[in-house]
Amino acid sequence: MAEEMRIVLRNMGKIDPLKIEDYINAGGYKSLEKARQMGQEALMEEVKKSGLRGRGGAGFNCGMKWSFSYKVQSEQKYVVCNADEGEPGTYKDRTIMENDPQSVLEGMAICGYAIGANKGYIYCRGEYPYVVDILNQAIAQAKEKGVLGDFDIEVRMGAGAYVCGEESALIESIEGNRGEPRFKPPFPPVIGLWQKPTIVNNVETFANIPIILEKGADWYKSIGAEKYPGTKVVTLTGDVNNRTVFEVPTNTSIRQVIYDFGGGIKDGKKFKAVQIGGTSGGFIPESMLDTPIDFDSMTAIGAVLGSGAVFVMDETRDIVNVVARIAGFFEHESCGKCSPCREGTKRIHEMMEKLDAGQGSGGDLSLLERLGTVMTKACLCGLGQAAPSPVLTTLKNFNSEYQAKLN
Amino acid sequence: MADYKEIINRYKDLPGGIIEAYHALQREYSFIPEDSIAYAAQVFDLPLAKAYGVATFYSYLKVGERGKNVIRICESAPCHVAGAKEVVNALEKELGIKMGESTADGKFTLEFCECVGQCQATPVITVNSKPYGDITPEKIPGILAAYK
Repeated sequence: MAEEMRIVLRNMGKIDPLKIEDYINAGGYKSLEKARQMGQEALMEEVKKSGLRGRGGAGFNCGMKWSFSYKVQSEQKYVVCNADEGEPGTYKDRTIMENDPQSVLEGMAICGYAIGANKGYIYCRGEYPYVVDILNQAIAQAKEKGVLGDFDIEVRMGAGAYVCGEESALIESIEGNRGEPRFKPPFPPVIGLWQKPTIVNNVETFANIPIILEKGADWYKSIGAEKYPGTKVVTLTGDVNNRTVFEVPTNTSIRQVIYDFGGGIKDGKKFKAVQIGGTSGGFIPESMLDTPIDFDSMTAIGAVLGSGAVFVMDETRDIVNVVARIAGFFEHESCGKCSPCREGTKRIHEMMEKLDAGQGSGGDLSLLERLGTVMTKACLCGLGQAAPSPVLTTLKNFNSEYQAKLN
Repeated sequence: MADYKEIINRYKDLPGGIIEAYHALQREYSFIPEDSIAYAAQVFDLPLAKAYGVATFYSYLKVGERGKNVIRICESAPCHVAGAKEVVNALEKELGIKMGESTADGKFTLEFCECVGQCQATPVITVNSKPYGDITPEKIPGILAAYK
């Protein structure tokens, strides 16, 4: 039986999230102090050495990312916390912010010290106004205690655009614009918010930082998978007995997640499929359940770890119907800036609806595959590149479901 | 009700503050009054087209009237398989309107939305952003009663 390991959620249920004294008594803000004593370069080296990779889905080495901004000479730099958790089935960032907001603020302040930024923004999704309240209270308490020093943090609200989870779209939104991704390069660590060097990291990434400094890079690196060390906060949804949130080492297998933590399939039914990483993730069949959830192992089976959402479907679920709904999601969320995504998501949705209604042909399947493959290569940002993934992985792993619905 | 000009003015000096101003308008009116966009454009020194462009880009923002209480039903995949359709039917029946419409008394509006991040309790609806989970058709009248 696999066991939970709480690093990011170490204070969950143990402290009052709205009392900074509780956080400080649990050792909070000692890591920020330690960071300042270490100096910027040694600090970044420690974070790099820990092997911590971005928990928002892209999996880039965190310390390395910070060093890009550090190296740029600029009188103003920014730290941005991506709390625009919009990936369906995901609520891990909300869980972290609701239970331990100070750990996120501390992580941001450490990053600010490392790169030389004195201003941070938390971009929190508009659907979480109650989390915005918690964050604002936490920031007010941190300011009152003076623990952040000269580092200032401000909360900005998203407004229901999934694409704003993409870092350059998020930056556009903070600037008060439509949330359309920018052309890259330049990347945000060099030219970001208001054209200044900007580090955008996910909530979970920042929440990992204080404990890495407290216990050391070697300790962190020894946990979980070798190339994607640490833990992952996972949210289980769909046809499992326990729809819940938990934190596991990254070498935990998909099967352990579903059966040990999820308590298996609901109502004694059989497993059919699991989609991991949110609605843009691949669909995984039974034969691949022993894969560890870490970034690279998931990529190797044509899936992703993504946000860590785990959406389980039992034997009665109609895969074509679920993928048709997902295709509708992407048509709605495409920002329209680039045509492969704007047109592609619309055509995929049309074809999926046709197939779901039993009116599709074999020709539609090959067309879907071709269009999906083009989108993964031609779309401007991660949204369009990942949008065809549920279609492509189900055509591959669950082809009989399509065949059964052909006209 | 506060004047929209006064609400927008509060965000005048906030860099990129137009989205925060739109949020504030929605908290007051439950929507963004059409006339306020021209004023926001003026305050934030933007072309009118851009102020409209921002207001209409984001699905959480609504330009033009809607009901006092906005009910949103999540139709993302986890809610979809958990029975969002039955919840939609129950809401439409209870309020006597279709999705996307408002009741004649201006009290309720029904909207679809995508994931609201409460997936431990699918299917989920929100009323004025407050989430209600594990919704069944039977629970609908009781929830709505509090807003009538």
